Amino acid sequence: MVDSHQKTTDALIELESISKVYDTGSAAMHALRGINLRIFSGEFLAVMGPSGSGKSTCMNILGCLDPPTAGSYRFKGVKVETLSRDQRAILRRHYLGFVFQGFNLLKRTTALENVELPLVYRGIPVAKRREQARQALADVGLTDWASHTTGELSGGQQQRVAIARAIVTQPDVLLADEPTGNLDSARSREVMQLLTRFNRDRGITIVMVTHESDMAAYANRQIHFADGLITQHHQGGR
Amino acid sequence: MLWETIFLALREIRRNVMRSALTTLGIVIGVAAVITMVTLGNGATAQVTSEISSLGSNLLQVRPGQGPRGPGGKRSDAENLKIEDAEAISQEISGLAAVAPVFSQGAQGIYGNENWATTVNGSTNAYLSVRNWTLKKGRNFTDREMRGGRAVCILGETVRDALFGAQNPIGTTIRLEKLSCEVIGVLKSKGQSSMGTDQDDFVLIPLRTIQRRMAGTQHVQDIFISAKDGVSTTKVKADIERLIRERRHIAEDEDDNFAVQDMQEIMSTVTGTTRVLTALLGAVAAVSLLVGGIGIMNIMLVSVTERTREIGTRLAIGALEQEVLMQFLVEAVVLSCFGGLAGIALGLTAARIGAGSLGIPFIFNPGIVIIAFLFSAAVGVLFGYFPARKAARLNPIEALRHE
Repeated sequence: MVDSHQKTTDALIELESISKVYDTGSAAMHALRGINLRIFSGEFLAVMGPSGSGKSTCMNILGCLDPPTAGSYRFKGVKVETLSRDQRAILRRHYLGFVFQGFNLLKRTTALENVELPLVYRGIPVAKRREQARQALADVGLTDWASHTTGELSGGQQQRVAIARAIVTQPDVLLADEPTGNLDSARSREVMQLLTRFNRDRGITIVMVTHESDMAAYANRQIHFADGLITQHHQGGR
Repeated sequence: MLWETIFLALREIRRNVMRSALTTLGIVIGVAAVITMVTLGNGATAQVTSEISSLGSNLLQVRPGQGPRGPGGKRSDAENLKIEDAEAISQEISGLAAVAPVFSQGAQGIYGNENWATTVNGSTNAYLSVRNWTLKKGRNFTDREMRGGRAVCILGETVRDALFGAQNPIGTTIRLEKLSCEVIGVLKSKGQSSMGTDQDDFVLIPLRTIQRRMAGTQHVQDIFISAKDGVSTTKVKADIERLIRERRHIAEDEDDNFAVQDMQEIMSTVTGTTRVLTALLGAVAAVSLLVGGIGIMNIMLVSVTERTREIGTRLAIGALEQEVLMQFLVEAVVLSCFGGLAGIALGLTAARIGAGSLGIPFIFNPGIVIIAFLFSAAVGVLFGYFPARKAARLNPIEALRHE
């Protein structure tokens, strides 16, 4: 966990003895048992581990979607656990981008409108956000598909639209939850190349959950979860 | 942002045209029903008012025991009117054009193979002038016929048509229950009244005839009186009241046990009735509007469940709770407003057609249109709020995981 960055720069994300307990009625379920994690600006982090190991819970906490039961989460120095639900929404709106395994695009809506969506919540005027959305679609190579609805796109194309939606706001961090989980290997490679490019060229920090070690190999750091704890760190990859 | 939300709602509705149309059907029907009922009710009131005032403002009516009522309805000491009361009125009160005592009852009219259930009015020739009837054919009663209670009759157009069709009825004999009766005249048609009753459906016979030979009574049910032009009905009314009190020996401190109504009173009674009816029908229609609102709530709840992942995505992307709430609320309100507009169009069309076929005037009432529209919007807010709040309070993680 000790690396050269840590001494020179402050971490973008800092998790300190984070634990999460779900009250399932009869017995409490310990999803996270006090993890420590620092993520620095510009990193590409792969999160691995079997299902039930706590990696999804960790992603939800990182995404400010779910508050931890105990511990401290600093995002850009802000204590996330002290924020209200709406304040966390504003934080997500301005600094985070999400890519999901199931794409989660709006049905019967064009690619362009899907990419525009986060800009709508930012209150950006129509003409400007349309232009930005077109640019983002161009960045993922889907200029010609802007006016096609979600249903008319292939899985790989849908995931690229989702990536465009995540990066259109120029977020600090992109959280990707098994982004290649529903794709074949060729589409997976395309998606990974896109993510790598945005990480390298734009300095967007990426945290990606994956089961596949060849996808994790794109990252420059890997962590492994088991039983609610981080068990391994791997440096490098690319 | 509001325009944005409305635009979004419109797009959402367009995406599910069929479902949206079915959702709003309840509101459409509710608003249409309110508007149709109230418009027709207003038309009927106007029609009744104009019809009664066309009878002339100089008409008065004396009824027995219709004054102040106890809890049991008719007063127990109500005393029936008699033919002598009518005679006294016409002799002792000045400024009257005609006085017509009336006794009526239902009867079966029979001629040959035809028969027709109608009303038999027993009165005098004065009845025709008081109620503005004119003869189309034949003649009035003679004095001898009236005094002697002869079996002669004058037919309303409906009865003539039912019993005789194309034949000439004058001089023939019809039967009214057990009474054989010579037809001496036919009245000119007046058509339907505003209350939907056929005014031509009656037979007129002399008062004494119905009293002695059909009803076996000395009573009179009503006395119709018309004042001469330029004579105040208020004064005539007061004179008649004084006269009948005298004849009945009613003490100073006792109430009338009869009632004299002038046109104003008759009109306010009738229009009061139609107004109450209008209000009742409108209220029933308003209930269907509420039911329509529940329909919207149902579909919005289904929509929230269906779009759980979308809501989760929006929340993850950074939508505030209130933005999601607004989105669904606006959608419900836009839906119900569409329903309201469609209902207004449908209601006005139905009211116009209804007014045409009932023969009453179509009176466009902008007030009720605005109220119905606002009410439908309010229904949208009221019944859209619960599903919208449900959407806004979803846990984004669970919503994203929703299948």
